This record gives sequence, structure tokens and C-alpha cells, in this order.
Amino acid sequence: MTTNPALDAGWVDPPPRQGFFTDTSICIGCKACEVACKQWNDVPDDGMQLLGSSYDNTGALSGSTWRHVAFIEQPVPAVSLGMPKIGLPGQQSGAERTDFRWLMSSDVCKHCTHAACLDVCPTGSLFRTEFGTVVVQEDICNGCGYCVPACPFGVIDKRVGEGVKNEGIAQKCTLCYDRLHDGLTPACAQACPTQSIQFGDLDELRERAAARVEALHDSGVPSARLYGESPDDGVGGLGAFFLLLDEPEVYGLPPDPVVTTRELPQMWKKAGLAAATLLAGAIAVFAGGT
Amino acid sequence: MVPPATFTSYYGRPVLKASPWKDDIPAYLFLGGLAAGSSLLGAGADLTHRPRLRQSSRVAALAAISASMAALVHDLGKPSRFVNMLRVAKPSSPMSMGTWLLTAYGPMVGLAGVAELAPGRLGRLLAPLARPAGLVAALTAPAVASYTAVLLADTATPAWHEAYRELPFVFVGSAAAAAGGLGMLASPVAESGPAQRLAIGGALLELGMERRMERSMGLAAEALHEGKPGRLWRTAERLTALGAVTALGARRSRVLGVLSGAALLTGSACTRFAIFEAGQESARDPRYTVVPQRERVDARQG
Ligand code: SF4
Repeated sequence: MTTNPALDAGWVDPPPRQGFFTDTSICIGCKACEVACKQWNDVPDDGMQLLGSSYDNTGALSGSTWRHVAFIEQPVPAVSLGMPKIGLPGQQSGAERTDFRWLMSSDVCKHCTHAACLDVCPTGSLFRTEFGTVVVQEDICNGCGYCVPACPFGVIDKRVGEGVKNEGIAQKCTLCYDRLHDGLTPACAQACPTQSIQFGDLDELRERAAARVEALHDSGVPSARLYGESPDDGVGGLGAFFLLLDEPEVYGLPPDPVVTTRELPQMWKKAGLAAATLLAGAIAVFAGGT
Repeated sequence: MVPPATFTSYYGRPVLKASPWKDDIPAYLFLGGLAAGSSLLGAGADLTHRPRLRQSSRVAALAAISASMAALVHDLGKPSRFVNMLRVAKPSSPMSMGTWLLTAYGPMVGLAGVAELAPGRLGRLLAPLARPAGLVAALTAPAVASYTAVLLADTATPAWHEAYRELPFVFVGSAAAAAGGLGMLASPVAESGPAQRLAIGGALLELGMERRMERSMGLAAEALHEGKPGRLWRTAERLTALGAVTALGARRSRVLGVLSGAALLTGSACTRFAIFEAGQESARDPRYTVVPQRERVDARQG
């Protein structure tokens, strides 16, 4: 059963939920998505540092980075092709030769079904759109920063930088809300040359992803798995989900994210009990004589 | 349970984002608790005819809540937009609920406090309002002291979220210890009995609940024991225990009361800063995110 968060948010007769399916198995690490996102959304430059992490000099998603391509260089056992070894015959090289593979993945806001950022926002600046996505209204956000530690994926952040547009305001991917209104594909998906980033109706993307995993398994890639496609996970499924070739934490993704507000009723209950304890204690200390 | 020796991360980078909050927030937690405890003392002193304790507690509550509101607004990215908090009332947002709570509590504290301070005509004008205002403040105060625990726990920050069962009790204990401490500091021995008892009870509740919390938090408890938060945590524990013991002599010696009050106030502040900093650290270190989540996944897959 797929829930439509737009319906839950009170939209009448919303369009089908829109999302991203990022198939990392065909990502070539060109960063066209990063560039297209910055350009279309007028996201300011946030400096360039050499981070020493393969080709990733972006680092992480932030208030001024809404798409982030991760690069992982992994040693994998060398496939023996029966070729002669390098070096003199009989010489021991010591180290065993390994090969390596590159994992590349374009990360983005997950547009969670149960979005903690939206739940905790005290101004109503973060809202659920008719497309089922999660968007910040930058003219309402007062920069309280509560959404930042609430997000189980470390996506949303307050924008920093002296004098930049929307400084101090929480910012993240909007799934190109403006382009969606005009029936256009979000900028990153439009720019992706390999269709690693696919955009469309979430239901359809989920079907496509299931077929793709099966095809990869059949063609000898048993490590292919989907991340965030299931509505039964701790956040009710992701509006932007992924096909990965290794465990999520390898890509910097949490292995078992849970929306923090799932426990909120128990939290309020405990806080109520604690408040009652304090009130009772205060009465008792005055009842106790001098 | 033997924690796994290794875990995988992306170049050791955080999975989560630490809150962008600065020292304003732990200062607010401390001052808000102090104000709440003081409002309770003030109302009780008013009803039991302890004018000096009533006066000092009402003034303390006013000063603490004013300073804490200033800290809250100062921490915003757009302070001029503070009023946007009042656009909505969202039960899913502890910050929204807290803002409404403070909107009810603050003016009552203000009335009771200003009534104590205002000279002449204004003082006489406000005098009849002081008791009802002080009582309303005292009835909302316990929620002011405990909701801040939900504020922290309702995040993905491991050392805050995993503490949600005991944190409200730690916070109300800390609030009672601080307010009781200040009551002993600021009122004469003849009237400070309730402050002394509140201080000791609060300190014991805090210390006891902290031990329980450390056991129920899992891996995240380590964030409370290492580095800067670890030093603050140990200091808080010692000062709170010292303050509680010293408070036993507060009815015989004013000096002991003052020393106890100072220890409890500092201890309460250290508790808040320790928990705040531990959370920040637990968000920055991917170990606290990945290890427990990986264990959950592995357990499910059998
Ligand atoms: S990934 Fe984070 S920022 Fe994006 S919708 Fe989910 S909670 Fe909000």
C-alpha cells in the first residue's frame, strides 16, 4: 500500500506523487547534475576545496549544495586473466595485486514520506507540495535550524556565507518545484547524460527500479539493491530512492533511517510525567513545614 | 554486548548534520529551567507567607526568562522573523509547542516579577495581580522545564534522541536543583526551607535519572563520557552531588547555603552544556549513526 503524503497533507485531488530514482550503477560521475542544480536554482558558490576523497571535492549536501556526487574507490579482488605477472620471473612482489572499482552516486534530498524536517518546523515554512515533495518557503523560514538535526539523512542545512542570497535560512532540494509546475523535468535529471537520475511518477519509478535490480542480478551483479523504495521503512519510503551496489553507509547514507517523530507521542508522555513530578515535588516541599 | 570493531562510512564524514545551534541553546535550557523552578518557589512562598523567598524567586524567574528569550531569538538565522513562530501551532513540532507555552508563561512571570520591583503607584496597581499571575506561571512552569527535553530528543541526533525516556526527568531535576540553589542563595535562612528541600530533591532526581539514562542510551551514552562533553558531564555530576550534600547544612549556616546554591547552579548549567555538546558530537561522528543502525539491519536479516 502506497500512501500519498500530498493527500495526507490536505491537498484535494493531487497529481501523482513525483520523485527521483537514482540508478547509481550507471552514474559516470560527470557532476552535470550538481552544475545544473546550482545554475537552475541560483544556488550560490560555496567555495572549492581539495578534499582528498577521489573526485569528490563537494563533500556533502548543504544549504548551498542540493546534489552531491559521491565517489568511492574500492579494492576488489583482481580477476586473474592468466597473463604473465609483472617483474622478473620468480621474484616475489610481496603485496597481492588487487583491482579496484569506482562507485559513484548522486545524492539528494529524499523527499521522505514521513519527513522529520517538515514535522518539526515551527513556522510552517517547510511544507508538503501537491506533488508529494517537501519544500522550504524561504520567505517564511526564520532560521531556527530545527530541521537540520531532525533530518535522518543530514540533508537540510542553514545557508552560510557572508551576504549570500537567503543567508541563515534552511535550504535544500525542491525537486525543482517551479519546473514541475510547468511540466518540466527537474534540472538534474534533465542534465544527466546516462539517465542515472530518472524523474517521474513514483509508482512507475518503483516498478522500473524493481525490474532494473532483477536485470542486474541476472547479469551477475548480485550486490545491486534498492535503498528507500519500500514504504515500510522507518521513514515510510523515500520520494527520491536509489539503486546501490554496496551497503548504504559506504555512500554516506544511514543503513536504517527512522523519522524521529515516530517516538514523539512517547516523548510527550514522558515529558508530561516529568512535569507532574516537578509540580508534585514543589507542593511537597512547601507542605513539609518550615 | 561487544560493539563491532569497525564500521563503514564515507571518508569518515558525518551522516547527519549537527544542529547549527550555538551556546545560546544550552544557555536557554538552563535559564528556562531556572525560571520554571523559581516560579514554583515564588508561588509557594506567596501562599505560605515567605515574603523574602517570594520576592527573590519572582525576580529570579523574570530575569532568567528574559535572558533565555533573548538567547532564543539571538540564535535565529533571521531574528526579525521570530514572530513567524506564531503563524501556526504544530503538535508535531516541540519548538512550536514551546513557543506557545512561553507565550503563556512569559507575561505571567513578567507581571509577578514587575510587581515585586515596581515602586510606588505602579507597584500598588500591580500588587493584586501578582498572586494570580504567579499562580498561572507556576502551573505552566513544569511544562516549561520539561518540554525542552522533547525539543532535543525529537531529532535524529543520537545522544539526544536515544535519551528521550529519561531526559525530561533529568531536566526537571536540574531545574529544581538550580532554582532551589538560587533560593538558598538569595533568601534568609528563616525562609529558605522549601528552597533547600527543592534543591536536594531536584539534585537526587537528576543524579538518579542520569544513571538510568546512561544505561538506556546504548552506544550514544559514550558521547557523554568522552572529550569536552565528558568533562562537563563529570563536573556537573560532582557539583550537583556536592551541592546536595552541602544543602543539608543550609538551614544552620547561611554560608553553606550560599556555597550549595552556587554549586547547584553551576552544576545545572554544566548538565545542560554537557548534554548539548554530547549531542553535537554524536551527530558529527558517523559511528553513532552507523553502528546501531547496522546492528538493527543485521538483526532483522538474521
Ligand atoms: S531527506 Fe531530510 S530534508 Fe529531505 S525530506 Fe527527508 S527529512 Fe526533510
